Amino acid sequence: MSLYKYSFWEVLMHSFSKEVWDQVIPALGETMYMVVISSVFVLLFGVILGLVVVLTGREGLFPCVPLHTVLGAVINCFRSLPQVIIIIVMLPVARLLLGQSYGSNACIISLIASCVPLFARLVESSLLEIDKGKIEAAKAMGSGNARILFRVMLPETLPSLIRSFTNAVVIVISMTALAGSFGAGGIGYIAVTFGYTRYQHDLLFATIIVLIIIVQAVQFCGDACSKMILKKRHLI
Amino acid sequence: MEEYFIEVKNLCKTFHNKKSSVQVLKGIDLEVKKGEIYGIVGFSGAGKSTLVRCINRLEEPDGGTVRIGDKTVTSLNKKELDLQRSKIGMIFQQFNLFDSMTVYENIAYPLKIKKWKKEDIRKRIDELLELVGLTDKKDAYPGQLSGGQKQRVGIARALANEPDVLLSDEATSALDPQTTISVLDLIKEINRKLGLTIILITHELEVIKYTCDQVAVMENGELLEKGSVREIFENPKCETARNFISVYNKLRASGWES
Repeated sequence: MSLYKYSFWEVLMHSFSKEVWDQVIPALGETMYMVVISSVFVLLFGVILGLVVVLTGREGLFPCVPLHTVLGAVINCFRSLPQVIIIIVMLPVARLLLGQSYGSNACIISLIASCVPLFARLVESSLLEIDKGKIEAAKAMGSGNARILFRVMLPETLPSLIRSFTNAVVIVISMTALAGSFGAGGIGYIAVTFGYTRYQHDLLFATIIVLIIIVQAVQFCGDACSKMILKKRHLI
Repeated sequence: MEEYFIEVKNLCKTFHNKKSSVQVLKGIDLEVKKGEIYGIVGFSGAGKSTLVRCINRLEEPDGGTVRIGDKTVTSLNKKELDLQRSKIGMIFQQFNLFDSMTVYENIAYPLKIKKWKKEDIRKRIDELLELVGLTDKKDAYPGQLSGGQKQRVGIARALANEPDVLLSDEATSALDPQTTISVLDLIKEINRKLGLTIILITHELEVIKYTCDQVAVMENGELLEKGSVREIFENPKCETARNFISVYNKLRASGWES
């Protein structure tokens, strides 16, 4: 149903119809697959990369300024590319790694390349929020660096790290939709192919509704987790 | 046995930034006897904090030596330093408790570093909480405690490994006068009970007068005057000391100190 023929209201109503959702639900499955797998990798690599950047900084636990500078520059390079360009650039890489440059798995590679540097920066700023005095107190007690990292830095900044991860997941979701127009499938593919090319605005509306609901749910879960921890610690 | 338990000789420290460098410690000499409470008083920016942080090498001195007992702290390697640090308790103005841990876990932290057994940790923490009067707050989080209670936890944590020395970096400066007195009483009590040598940094002369045996007046990276608290009060030699005492007297005259 197109907005050029039908009223907004009719199109909106039809976007809840069975025939629309028969198409949207499988696409939603693909999208969720990409989002979940990418988020796991983003979490893993982002935390590691963010940690390395913080730890090797001038004031870090394992100062190594050259490594810190190089990593910072690499992250900035990736961060300076718009997501569309990263997707295009990563297509050959996906072909190299997976043997094909289209489909959900190829898209996951681009998602990781784009969102890991982003999340690494978020992790960095979360970790830098920690009161330096706490690290000093741990040092003054004769604590080794590994213990400071795992027992002090990470637990103390956990609520902030969770918020950062929530933000990263929301960006992964929006980028999944973008990757849909480059053969990744999923919600984005539906929106572009049917909503844009074929003027099937009922399908477009359905994708909008689905995306809004997913993002709200992710944001709600992240906020709730972070708040629960802060409450337990009596910090709010 | 040597006369002094802690001996600082010719300690120097310069902070550099891109444009300029500031010499914060200009060859400090300091001698503290075992079991003394030694106060260092000075206005902010005098270098007191840097001095005390050089004693456990939270700040690396550029030159000079620090000796505690038979150990020369300034020549220890990383591993020996960590070992030595567990014998030097430290408390801070901002308490620096770990918000992610309960009172119990906070105090257990230094004990876990030393690989104490669980049973021994529990016993030790019960003793410590008894000492600082917080037995009922064992499972509370720092977020639930008042400033005074937080500092008591800080003290318990600093004492966990039975240190010989306690460094106090403006430990009462964030507390109200009444709480300050009660924390200082606690510091005096542990000094008496445990024979701990204490170095106490403050910008408040009344804290020195209330707590310390010996005092040094610091300004601009130098110790201008050293002596017993009584000597300094009765016969201040340097301008800074006279300044401090006149402020102190004014505050007293206006009835600030209860």
